[in-house]
Amino acid sequence: MIEVQNLTRVFGDKKAVDNISFNVEKGEILGFLGPNAAGKTTTMRILTCYLPATSGTAKVAGYDVFDDSIEVKKRIGYLPENPPLYKEMVVENYLHFVAKIKGIEPRERKKKVRNVLERCAIMNVKDRIIGKLSKGYRQRVGLAQALIHNPDVLILDEPTSSLDPKQIIEVRELIKNLSGEHTIILSTHILPEVSMTCERVIIINEGKLVAVDTPENLTKKLRSSDKLMLDIEGPFDEVKSKLKEIPGVTRVSLDKFFKEGRGKYHIETKPDVDLRKTLAQTVINNNWGLYELRSEGMSLEEIFLKLTTKE
Amino acid sequence: MIVKNIVAIFDRELRSYFVSPIAYVVIALFLVIAGFFFYVMLNSFLNYSFRATMQAQYYRMAPPKVNVNMLVIRGMIHNFGLILLFIVPAITMRLFAEEKKSGTSELILTSPITTTQIILGKFFAGMTLLLSMIAPTFLYILIMIIWGNPEILPIFSGYLGLILIGGSFIAVGLFISSLTENQIIAYVGGLVVLLLFWVIGWAGGAGSKIGSVLSYLSLINHLDDFAKGVIDIKHIVYYLSFITFGLFLTYRSIESMKWRG
Repeated sequence: MIEVQNLTRVFGDKKAVDNISFNVEKGEILGFLGPNAAGKTTTMRILTCYLPATSGTAKVAGYDVFDDSIEVKKRIGYLPENPPLYKEMVVENYLHFVAKIKGIEPRERKKKVRNVLERCAIMNVKDRIIGKLSKGYRQRVGLAQALIHNPDVLILDEPTSSLDPKQIIEVRELIKNLSGEHTIILSTHILPEVSMTCERVIIINEGKLVAVDTPENLTKKLRSSDKLMLDIEGPFDEVKSKLKEIPGVTRVSLDKFFKEGRGKYHIETKPDVDLRKTLAQTVINNNWGLYELRSEGMSLEEIFLKLTTKE
Repeated sequence: MIVKNIVAIFDRELRSYFVSPIAYVVIALFLVIAGFFFYVMLNSFLNYSFRATMQAQYYRMAPPKVNVNMLVIRGMIHNFGLILLFIVPAITMRLFAEEKKSGTSELILTSPITTTQIILGKFFAGMTLLLSMIAPTFLYILIMIIWGNPEILPIFSGYLGLILIGGSFIAVGLFISSLTENQIIAYVGGLVVLLLFWVIGWAGGAGSKIGSVLSYLSLINHLDDFAKGVIDIKHIVYYLSFITFGLFLTYRSIESMKWRG
């Protein structure tokens, strides 16, 4: 659906986007992850034909963003970081205006506006002036604006920034419901958001592409060891030494005591060996009590920091 | 399709003028100043014709024919032109500056409409506000028609001139507004450029070649013939090319904004 090749954009002598290439399949949700000023917004602006690229090509649904910008614009819904709202307008009139400039036929406009008011749950504020709405509602009106012409591609620039936790969850749910029929690119610097909503992640830093993969694969690829956590009831020293004897275990540490001999053991193992079964067997054989056994993958935060900070 | 897009922009722009106080303030301001000038001019005309009639009676001559077109309407059109020079930048200052500031430029520039359609929509919205501003001055004309006998054609040509010069002012203001996201800068910048185009007309008095070129470029000088009742095609061409050039510069400015980022 979206093909980006060797995209570069220069502002003065600063490379905002530096030779980025990626593809997005139809119906996919792609997360754009990066620290502030990494080039996320610039890339999105190029895809929405707001800015031209200095070099490289980008295609949306087979149309070049530079040569066929009108065709691309018809197929894209864009929510910039600050929702583009006319503050003096009433919500419904505003959406009507957007429907007009998005090229929706006059007789379909009313229906589409209704539809989008319902989908974004802003039916109750449709007669209010946009300038008087709360931030959460404005964000939703912004989303409604991007959705109104039912675009193939949705580009959302930090859609959950400056919302309260409840609104964040609502917007995330909304985005998740949109996948399937729409191809979605969303940028964020909030990491859990990516693992929660996106099927694939692009990490970008200082204009350069650092990694493209699913959140799980990224986690898998980047960890040098697997971590497991066990909550076991039993004599500490005996447990520790017995666990250490299991082949594959590289380190055991007792981290937290509970009363009655219970403790939290952190175990590091060689990568790509799953020892959970053997560990459970060991516990049972020794007649200890097992309260919890869980693998502790490397969190996205750790990956992110690892990728975006220079050693 | 093309017309529909222009109408969409035009419609929103015009509504936004009339939901904010700006349209009313601008129209009221114009009418107060224009009304004052009309009153002063009509008053001095009445004084003059009264004195002329008295004099004629004293010398037992036929009462003189004083020309209301020459003495009132011509000056009125000229004055209206000057008032517009100060007021039009207030109409145009928000047209692009506000979109840039509030981020709505990202909406219109990523929608399937062209830059030209956006510019035309905004230009015609400004024009419409201008027309609704000068339309009430027909009342003055009506007063003169009821109690006087002005010629109609010079009035018509005068208003045509006003519309053309107003359009040129709007084109300049639109361009200046596209350069900045600050409305005050857009107003002052527009005013300065328009004043410049007025002032260079004075250079014509010097009689040199450059002087006559500069005076040809002056926006106000071309209004004079219209005010007199002469519709000269060269003035129409001048104003229309001025408007086109202004809109073209606006187009370049919007496009270059993309490259500057």
